Amino acid sequence: MSVLIPPIATPAPATVPTGGLARLHEWVITVDHKRLGVMYVLAGLAFFVIAGLEAGVIRWQLAVAGNTVVSPQVFNRLFTVHGTTMVFMVGIPIVFGFGNYLVPLMIGARDLAFPRLNAFGFWVFLFGGLLLYFSFLGGDGLYGAGSAPDVGWFAYAPLTGRAFSPGNSTDYWNLSILVMGFGTVATSINLIATTLAMRCRGMSLERLPLYVWMMLVVSGMTVLALPPLSAAQIMLLLDRFLGAHFFDTQAGGSAVMWQHFFWFFGHPEVYILMVPGFAMVSEIIPVFSRKVIFGYPMVVAASLAIGFLSMTVWAHHMFAVGMGAPLNSAFAASTMLIAIPTGIKIFNWVATMYGGRIRFATPMLFACAFLFQFLCAGLTGIILSVVPFNWQLTDSYFVVAHFHFVLVGSLIFTIFGAIYYWFPKVTGRLLSERLGRWHFWLFVVGFNLTFLPMHWAGMLGMPRRIYTYPADRGWDLWNLIASLGVPFQAAAVLVFLVNVAISLRRGLSAGDDPWDAWTLEWATTSPPPPYNFETAPVVASRRPLWDLKHPDDPDGPHE
Amino acid sequence: MTTVVMAVAPTPSMFAPVSTPALAIREVSFLVLAIAMFIFIVVAGLTVYAIIRFRRRPGDDGREPPQVYGSTQIELAWTVVPFLIVIVLFLTTTRYIFAIEGRSPTADALEVTIVGNQWWWEIRYPRLGIVTANELHVPVSDPADPRPTFITLQSADVIHSFWIPQLAGKTDVIPGKTNRMWIDPNTPGTYVGQCAEFCGVQHAGMLLTVTVHPKEEFALWVAAQQAAAPDLPAVRAGRDVFTSVACINCHTVRGTPANGVFGPDLTHLMSRATLGAGVAPNTRENLRAWVNDPASLKPGALMPAMKVSGSELDQLVAYLVTLR
Repeated sequence: MSVLIPPIATPAPATVPTGGLARLHEWVITVDHKRLGVMYVLAGLAFFVIAGLEAGVIRWQLAVAGNTVVSPQVFNRLFTVHGTTMVFMVGIPIVFGFGNYLVPLMIGARDLAFPRLNAFGFWVFLFGGLLLYFSFLGGDGLYGAGSAPDVGWFAYAPLTGRAFSPGNSTDYWNLSILVMGFGTVATSINLIATTLAMRCRGMSLERLPLYVWMMLVVSGMTVLALPPLSAAQIMLLLDRFLGAHFFDTQAGGSAVMWQHFFWFFGHPEVYILMVPGFAMVSEIIPVFSRKVIFGYPMVVAASLAIGFLSMTVWAHHMFAVGMGAPLNSAFAASTMLIAIPTGIKIFNWVATMYGGRIRFATPMLFACAFLFQFLCAGLTGIILSVVPFNWQLTDSYFVVAHFHFVLVGSLIFTIFGAIYYWFPKVTGRLLSERLGRWHFWLFVVGFNLTFLPMHWAGMLGMPRRIYTYPADRGWDLWNLIASLGVPFQAAAVLVFLVNVAISLRRGLSAGDDPWDAWTLEWATTSPPPPYNFETAPVVASRRPLWDLKHPDDPDGPHE
Repeated sequence: MTTVVMAVAPTPSMFAPVSTPALAIREVSFLVLAIAMFIFIVVAGLTVYAIIRFRRRPGDDGREPPQVYGSTQIELAWTVVPFLIVIVLFLTTTRYIFAIEGRSPTADALEVTIVGNQWWWEIRYPRLGIVTANELHVPVSDPADPRPTFITLQSADVIHSFWIPQLAGKTDVIPGKTNRMWIDPNTPGTYVGQCAEFCGVQHAGMLLTVTVHPKEEFALWVAAQQAAAPDLPAVRAGRDVFTSVACINCHTVRGTPANGVFGPDLTHLMSRATLGAGVAPNTRENLRAWVNDPASLKPGALMPAMKVSGSELDQLVAYLVTLR
């Protein structure tokens, strides 16, 4: 008996649209982890330039005492939006953008576990970020239109209450971060699921590249730390719109509770930003030292320890609020403890370089500067954990210097290193080494000129977030030097952008594996095809490409 | 009465302490700075050595260097040594925390209540019946004859932070929460500081001085502050302006109907060296400009422009400058 098969109407082959609009359309509808990763990083860099310009105006205003470049309120908006942008719209999207791009490639997967969720995360972030900047423009009929938030990036209650922040500018801050938080949590869940469930054959957890391990830790921290912030932000919305009194001190609410909520997110957040930096240098340093990472299990253990301990240190931002001696001591202890796994990592990186044949390509230059600057940042962190000294230093320019050594001197430096390192994989072309060295040295000089003197300004009693200062305080010189660093940093970023623009068209062809590296992403083409790998990779050690290149001495027996 | 002459405001360096909490902090800071410097030299030195010694040279044979996967002994060492350092630091820190926070007031301690406001400080001496603003006056505390000052910190609106680096670390000033701190300055002089927690538009314009007097001088200052405002017939017109326009809604002048509480007590306005919490010297011209439009000296200040006519303004200022 024959089965009648109705003829299937074959639709006329869709004409594949070409041209700029079609290409844009492809990027808008994409659920590919590589494209989303690239878009995250590009959006992050765009916001980086904007927030950098804001910082430039801040430094211009503070260059000399009694300056009047901007009004007090504009100054307050600038540092609020600068901080918010750098943390939520530069740091987070760039580190998660890299994670998006690299994690599936490094574990030999086709894509992230939930590609659509991934696209959702990106678009929520982008529009959340645009929402914040929309506050500069405002909308018709909105009181507070044309005014950006001016409550500081950690938006302490009750300054954020209706009584002290009328209008809508604070709501822009609140909603924008709330929305972006959902996206970040979604991406973290995605990375966790991908790492746990989609590794290629042979890639047990103990063979996971360090980058992937650390992104797993970061994602775990994000899932635990971000929802409390979202909860607090919803409470703030209730306070502002429905007359609730969570943080309304005039009706019995608690100002300190906001601080607990915020820093319960805010301190893990520092590690959520910084551990991806560790992750990047943990790939870069071995490859350019030509040595396997020293003490892989220890580095993994240290990352996990940082992940756990980071949940226990939040109130070290609050030593001056009057928590009492026992609590102050407890948070001093946890803060000092977290220095140990962090220090271990530095030792492991240096030990990896020790005995190597270090090649100082641009990624390695950035990694080396990171080592010194992160060492400074870590040590000032320990200094800040000594509670009595913290009573002097907290909320002073010393703290500003400290966290810029973390977020610029360490994180931004590792991100630039990572861009030079992975740019050839993403585009198929190498960035210019010559421009790269210019970029590096200008940035090192500019960064240290700007942020080293702030330590002294702080120790001489200069509080943060002041739009001007009296001329007789002895802070002039340090502020002037800090401001003089700005043109160097701006030039460095400009050189970088020029480098990207030129190299995209005329950079040297990279080939699959320009750095002679060892992790799986270098086993596929540059750029990788949409499906990543032609055949599912099988790995037998932590450095699959080392095994391929050195069949006589594979890693396996040594692990 | 004593005229308070503002010393040339020095740098509020935390390394030039004159009071026990700040002295203790400097002590512990030297320890932690020394440890940090030591660690920096060792680790940065090793890193520099590795960078120079193990850089790739043109003559290298191009082979990979020996692969070293780790060493339990070495890794154990660089875990245990930092742990020991942390224990030392933690014990030291705790000792200083309890020493500074644990001190309780003696019977002869001076009690002061400071209330943070956007953007000025109200200073109350509850046992002396004095209310003033922005310039705290305390007696010197001789180690042989200690006279510490215990400060109760409260806020009328948002969070501020009380910080005079040469006298003590900062303590936050939080609405709905009462914080305590103490100072015992051992050297007469004027010490500067300012609000250290972002508190709105004029956070930068919320300055503060502490003037430390020898004992007898402090007694004179107290007596002068306890006096009610003089009622001079010559400036009666200005006083009438003061009590008939909105001034009295916010300001107090003891001895007059003015008993507002939202702004600084003006009973001894002219005993203060500055206007607007330190933003301008307290001169007649500045006072006139301030009353006419505070924003001209302190943009964003909550006091409105008083919009009184020129002649009334003159009378008002003539009256205010008698409030010594």
